[in-house]
Amino acid sequence: MGSITLKNVQKHFGEAKVIPSVDLEIKEGEFVVFVGPSGSGKSTLLRLIAGLEDLTGGTITIDGKDVTEAAPAARGLAMVFQSYALYPHMSVRKNIAFPLKMAKMEQSAIDKKVEAAAKVLNLTDYLERRPSQLSGGQRQRVAIGRAIVREPSAFLFDEPLSNLDAALRGTMRLEISDLHNQLKTTMIYVTHDQIEAMTMADKIVVLNRGNIEQVGSPMELYLTPRNLFVAGFIGSPRMNLITGDYARSKGAVTAGIRPEHLTLSKESGTWKGTVTVAEHLGADTFLHLDVDGIGQMTARASGEFGAHHGDTVYLTPDETKLHRFDDKGLAIRA
Amino acid sequence: MATQNTRTLARLMMAPSVVVLLIWMAVPLAMTLYYSFQNYNLLTPMNVSFAGFFNYQYFYTDPAFFQSIWNTLLLVLGVLAITVIGGTAIALLIDQPIFGQGIVRILVISPFFVMPPVAALIWKNMIMHPGYGVFADIAKFFGVQPIDWFAQFPLFSVIIIVAWQWLPFATLILLTALQSLDSEQREAAEMDGANFFNRFIYLTIPHLSRAVTVVILIQTIFLLGIYAEILVTTNGGPGYASTNLTFLIYRTARLGYDVGGGAAGGIIAVVLANIVAIFLMRAVGKNLDK
Repeated sequence: MGSITLKNVQKHFGEAKVIPSVDLEIKEGEFVVFVGPSGSGKSTLLRLIAGLEDLTGGTITIDGKDVTEAAPAARGLAMVFQSYALYPHMSVRKNIAFPLKMAKMEQSAIDKKVEAAAKVLNLTDYLERRPSQLSGGQRQRVAIGRAIVREPSAFLFDEPLSNLDAALRGTMRLEISDLHNQLKTTMIYVTHDQIEAMTMADKIVVLNRGNIEQVGSPMELYLTPRNLFVAGFIGSPRMNLITGDYARSKGAVTAGIRPEHLTLSKESGTWKGTVTVAEHLGADTFLHLDVDGIGQMTARASGEFGAHHGDTVYLTPDETKLHRFDDKGLAIRA
Repeated sequence: MATQNTRTLARLMMAPSVVVLLIWMAVPLAMTLYYSFQNYNLLTPMNVSFAGFFNYQYFYTDPAFFQSIWNTLLLVLGVLAITVIGGTAIALLIDQPIFGQGIVRILVISPFFVMPPVAALIWKNMIMHPGYGVFADIAKFFGVQPIDWFAQFPLFSVIIIVAWQWLPFATLILLTALQSLDSEQREAAEMDGANFFNRFIYLTIPHLSRAVTVVILIQTIFLLGIYAEILVTTNGGPGYASTNLTFLIYRTARLGYDVGGGAAGGIIAVVLANIVAIFLMRAVGKNLDK
């Protein structure tokens, strides 16, 4: 249960072709993350799968059944919204029980399922409270609980962590990954945060202007980005993209080198740069440099590197980790 | 929250309006209370004397007293029922995206801008008139005996007219409440398998409860004092069939020239309005503090 196939899916809002055409195969039990900048159509794609928007063209198949025209409830999917979308006048118990009540399930069976879900999500003590009496993380868990009890064939998450603070986001990330390991249900997760994408996904779908730029595991995207967009989007800090003589000497229009693949030295190296901003994190040091003949670059050193604003630093790229792109922005593989 | 400094300033700034409001409220109330204990008839304005509770007894023993209270309650409840249910229905309809939405909305709220006596006269002479009213024309078209609304159903006719005037108010408040319903909540309910009917019961109605409370409270305040519509249509009759408390006071004070009796009726009306207010706040007021 839980394989989803999109075939030539299109969505236009009037003149605007938000999604020109998307083909995608999601296997059973996969954790798929749609990632992309805002306006890339990732949320729209999720809402098309959920059935909250009508398709302009193409078909959606869930478990071999064509659901293109099916109502949202008939697709067997559960969704966790960005605002959580809890029902404010109902207690946590009633919120979680709502989909079961709509399915006309026996009250005793409903109680059992709600208790079980509450136990998994650490909500047992809060069942009688209203959503307004809960913290952000707890509301998030109630929203997940409401999705779990339906035992859907797939979960859809629409930027579920963007309303939480950074620390809580880290915890919830782990909890959702953990939940996926327990339930082994297909999950589709939309985010603009590439850290969430890298840490949680089995498969990342990078979207840009409604087009799929690349599909692959986090490491595939990191090691072999298919084009400039993916190269620039995946990885933090961003990959340095170099044009000009250096790139030409490597047989490319644009050469890309990740900040962690630059060796820093105070004595000698391929390039000479001046530090504009130095970020000392203890475990890492990020240096933003103005490099002679190239321009702005970012370098990352493991551990502490004692450089400050105005210092001169030498950089040496690890040329085995160099990415090369042609004039269309596509990667050149040797 | 506020510091001592801003609190003092705030009180100082509020003082004039509070004082004016107090005078505005207290003086008429005190005068009414004073006159309710006086024998004061405009036919014999020289003979003013202390009356004790005679005015209250006089008003209370008026054969129309209990009927007028009953009529007042029926009028308030009838109009509330029509406006809340009808207002919700119309708000749901005009919340849908349709062609010419702006014009439709203006048309829907326009009855609110018609002055009560004008509205009542239009209803009386052009719509409900048994000879040449619209309803009579419809009845004649179907070959039925036209209804003489103000003779056969006087109170119900008044309720219809007043409800027509207040429907836009209820619609407007409920429409804005509908529009503030979170679209993600609606979508979540849709995914949870709730059809339109269930979404209305479990999502829309609880969401509207606060707006409905506001509509009920505000309308009750105004509906307890309905007067103009009765005056220009039925004049309280036939008999006392459409006389409410306000109209009975008018009758006593202006038609009977009995200022003392009218004042006593006014005080009774104030007491009754407060009883209604207490019941209302008990029943629906809790919706307001969420």
